[in-house]
Amino acid sequence: MGYPHKSHPRETPVLSKHFGDPEARTLDGWKARGGYKALAQALHMEPTAIVDIVKASGLRGRGGAGFPTGLKWSFMKIGDGKEHYLCCNADESEPGTFKDREIMRWTPHALIEGCAVGAYAIGAETAYIYIRGEFTEPINVMEKALAEARAAGIIGKNAMGSGKNIDIWVHKGAGAYICGEETALMNSLEGKRGNPRIKPPFPAVSGLFGKPTTINNVETLAAVPHILNNGAEWYKAMSLSSPKSSGSKLFSVCGNVAKPGNYEVVMGFSFKEFLYDLCGGPLPGRKFKALIPGGSSVPTITIEEAEAIKMDYEGFVEQGTMLGSGGVIIFDDAQSMPRQLARIARFYAHESCAQCTQCREGTAWMTKILERIVAGQGTYEDLDTIFELSESMTGKTICVLSDSCGAPVVSGINKFRGEFEALIKGRRSSTVAVGAR
Amino acid sequence: MSHGPSAPAQAHGGAHAHHVPYVPVFTDGSARLKELKDIISRYPDKRAALLPALWMVQQERGWISEDAMREVGDQLGCTAAYVKGVVTFYTMYHQHPVGKHFIQVCTTSPCLCAGADDVVKAFLEHTGCKELGLTSPDGKYTVIEVECLGACGFATPVQINEDYVESVTPEKVPGILAGLK
Amino acid sequence: MMKDEGGKMVNLTIEGRAVSVPEGTTILEAAKTAGVLVPHYCYHPGLPVAGVCRMCLVEVEKAPKLAPSCATTVGEGQVVHVYSEKALEARKGVLELLLINHPLDCPLCDPAGECELQDYTFQEGRADSRYHEPKRFNPVEDFGGDVLYVTNRCILCTRCVRFMEDVHEDAVLCVSERGDRATIGKAPDADLTQPWAANVIDLCPVGALVSKDFLNKARAWELDRTASVCTGCSQGCNNVLETRDNVVVRMKPRSNEDVNHFYLCDAGRLDYRWMNRPDRAEVPKIRLHDVLSPVDWDIAIQEVGGRMKGKRAYVVASPRLSNEALFLLKRIVKQTGGEGVFRCATGPEAPLPGVKDLSLRADRAPNVRGAELLGFKRNDADPLAGLKDGDVLVLADESLGGLDLSAAKKASAIIVIGTTLVDGITPAVVLPIANVAEEEGTFTNLRGRVQRFLQAKTAPGLARPSWYALADLATALGVPSDDMHLPSTIFTALAKSEPAFTGLSYDTIGLRGGLVAGATAGAH
Repeated sequence: MGYPHKSHPRETPVLSKHFGDPEARTLDGWKARGGYKALAQALHMEPTAIVDIVKASGLRGRGGAGFPTGLKWSFMKIGDGKEHYLCCNADESEPGTFKDREIMRWTPHALIEGCAVGAYAIGAETAYIYIRGEFTEPINVMEKALAEARAAGIIGKNAMGSGKNIDIWVHKGAGAYICGEETALMNSLEGKRGNPRIKPPFPAVSGLFGKPTTINNVETLAAVPHILNNGAEWYKAMSLSSPKSSGSKLFSVCGNVAKPGNYEVVMGFSFKEFLYDLCGGPLPGRKFKALIPGGSSVPTITIEEAEAIKMDYEGFVEQGTMLGSGGVIIFDDAQSMPRQLARIARFYAHESCAQCTQCREGTAWMTKILERIVAGQGTYEDLDTIFELSESMTGKTICVLSDSCGAPVVSGINKFRGEFEALIKGRRSSTVAVGAR
Repeated sequence: MSHGPSAPAQAHGGAHAHHVPYVPVFTDGSARLKELKDIISRYPDKRAALLPALWMVQQERGWISEDAMREVGDQLGCTAAYVKGVVTFYTMYHQHPVGKHFIQVCTTSPCLCAGADDVVKAFLEHTGCKELGLTSPDGKYTVIEVECLGACGFATPVQINEDYVESVTPEKVPGILAGLK
Repeated sequence: MMKDEGGKMVNLTIEGRAVSVPEGTTILEAAKTAGVLVPHYCYHPGLPVAGVCRMCLVEVEKAPKLAPSCATTVGEGQVVHVYSEKALEARKGVLELLLINHPLDCPLCDPAGECELQDYTFQEGRADSRYHEPKRFNPVEDFGGDVLYVTNRCILCTRCVRFMEDVHEDAVLCVSERGDRATIGKAPDADLTQPWAANVIDLCPVGALVSKDFLNKARAWELDRTASVCTGCSQGCNNVLETRDNVVVRMKPRSNEDVNHFYLCDAGRLDYRWMNRPDRAEVPKIRLHDVLSPVDWDIAIQEVGGRMKGKRAYVVASPRLSNEALFLLKRIVKQTGGEGVFRCATGPEAPLPGVKDLSLRADRAPNVRGAELLGFKRNDADPLAGLKDGDVLVLADESLGGLDLSAAKKASAIIVIGTTLVDGITPAVVLPIANVAEEEGTFTNLRGRVQRFLQAKTAPGLARPSWYALADLATALGVPSDDMHLPSTIFTALAKSEPAFTGLSYDTIGLRGGLVAGATAGAH
């Protein structure tokens, strides 16, 4: 099935197979669709054997960074006598990204199963699913599914009669994009401001409550049971880009496009065909102009660059951008890039946690300059200032939020400089006082 | 991730609550205290229950006053200032009373290019809210812009209190408001 | 802070200088040992590392990114560049960003002249700003106690928040809001009246937290600064007396890891006005025809000598006097077969929870331990109890305030050696002495640490340092005192004759102090 549109024949629905199917939400429905087989099997395996399979599958983190999942799990030292934790990052807040919401809405048990397998594999008896506070429906669906799973003895003490304990709890956020950063997420879970932490120490050494912790994205964890059921080779073979990128990936598509929604394709799919065939191309009478293809933090590209992309981790990098979270934002020829980029900068300014100077002050400053340009009061020097400011804001802070503000803006100016210069040339008045609103 | 109301809500919005003595939420024997204790048991450190506790207060009282910060702090062993730091970090906690229907319109890029600005205007017009963040004279509505609701494929999503309304266009606004109880 | 010796040492190069520091040391601290101060704001050695101001970025060869030196520990063979182009460029960027919303109101800002934002901008910042947008504005807030928060100058380094949370262990401050809307927040009912709260003023590296007491009193560059020791209690916190035109206008902590780390309590820091009091005893006086008449010092000393002849000196000494003064008084007592006593005001203890063994002590005087070690007997309730008929009562910086003075009538004469006259007492002789700000000497704190204080201002009129006046008096009474013409030589004599002080000298105790026999540094 598909949601909100029907599944396209060229999609490879693994995670999205049951989107739109209310029966898949229930425990019985999920079991009838092959659910919890992987967990039952996993609980009788050695944790390291599970890690090895995930390693062999080539699964990489689907939250944005693309770090190999099996490798991440292998950092957790089983039997070190410490409490271990698994955090599922369901703080999906990156503009353009809305795939985890659908996974949780339609297939909550897929995530529970993934969390349970993941927790067991890293030696954790407790997993927390940190869901952004706005996601009322996904939270309710997850809570209900967890209650069902708990009542059925699938999770909790002696999970599935295995003698192993796996508790899973939902933790509701309260409105902060930065809590999707893994160390900020842990702080938030601990009842603190969602400030990212300095690394090292890395979470696998000192994470949640100071204990070894692994943080995985919803989509990553939901893929794990499929890998256990079908084998690492199956997952690798699914990709057109094997061995570098494996499996299928959910791409969220939004903006000026005929059929916005989530699409699941194998790694290495042609982005051009994806955009025009699966997503239905531009709106009637319009043309695609620019894309931010991996959630709003990645560099802006032109449609020409996009059409050359092979949809895997390397393919996006080759065209000067990143796969990121797979949130594809499309702007057509009716959109003003300065206005859109000013809005993106404003998002980051609003979401900065306020710790690092460059981010706290820089994101707000960049927003003010861009908004002034959009208001017709920009200067050519403003563009230079933005470039230099972005330099100050990149690679110098605790987390990458300030880098994320600069990346789409700087690349956007480079690629659509004409639109900025047109606004600057058309300054409403040269006598307007500097700094006037 | 709302752009929270920047000024205290107008009197209609329930600012009179300031003059009413604060009624604690987590009183002995209350269901909320039981719920809180249950949540605390899920974590090795009770401070981890801070966000859930604040949610409960907001559900009960509609917003989080300084008295509430003190109450929650007392329950979880932290100071009111510490709680204030947390409350002010997360934009979903109301620091002053808001309208009965708290309407958050997503205006981040994907929604902006789908016309979210016009949706905002329509809500302001049809609710009688004079500007973003102000509560309507009848105390029913507060409209604010919100940063990315994570439903970009359903532009424009609008969150009304807890629930999402998807694919909102200006034309649908009067009908949506009429459906609110 | 350096770790205990015995751990593994790490060798690295910082700005071309070879450095060897214990494993776990941060690059910032390691650089200090090489004589390089990496610019920083949020880092403070007494607080948990925050790593947020990003000012201390340095270049470490082979590292992909600039490293925050406050939060990066040293590695074997590291090559660190503090002043490389990349590092300088990064810090210049931070400085510009810290200033974009700053009001640049240095001409009316108290910390101007001692502001690290000014210093580092002068050292490494841009000459101009490219910021042409409206500046953020937030009103000034009264944080209670001695603290005013000038929001617009705040750089959100969070030192104040961390001090209150982690050192004072009373988290009344927080970072409120986020992004560029963030400010330091305070719970409305929790003023900064905690006993050590005003330390946030010293910790603030800019002009955001200012002292109400010092507000608009003086510019930083007009001040003379003198190392001293707080006289507020027996803890003996190291401080700096800041004077302008011979008036003490501010007291600040001076760091000493063995005593007060970086801190000074509010009671101590605000208790300096008495040092400037105008109603001083300025001239030696003797009673002639029942009237106190000004005389020459020599005459006054002779008069005391005459009054004491064949009499027992009953000395009531203040535990606020230096070891040197008390030592000379002890000799006078011994010479006359007399007795030495003291009393001490007390109050509630007020510890600083996050620092071991640091507290506003119950004994509200700096040299109680010194007085005890020098044989003075404590009698808080009735220091005159041992006064015998015919004794000469010597009141050494002791006003007998709050006591029944009728017992003093037993005395054949009363000698006041003090900074002021004593109410209700008719002395035979008044010897005016300098107060603690006007002389130098040493105190012994409650843990037996002997600490020097220096002279910050001149004494009024003909008042003399206590050791000077007492050395002359001792000589007049026949105490052998050839070697007692300087505080340092008096201390030498003290160390020679008092077993507790054996081995100590002015030079060896320096400004960090030295321990009396039997005291251990571990007590701190």
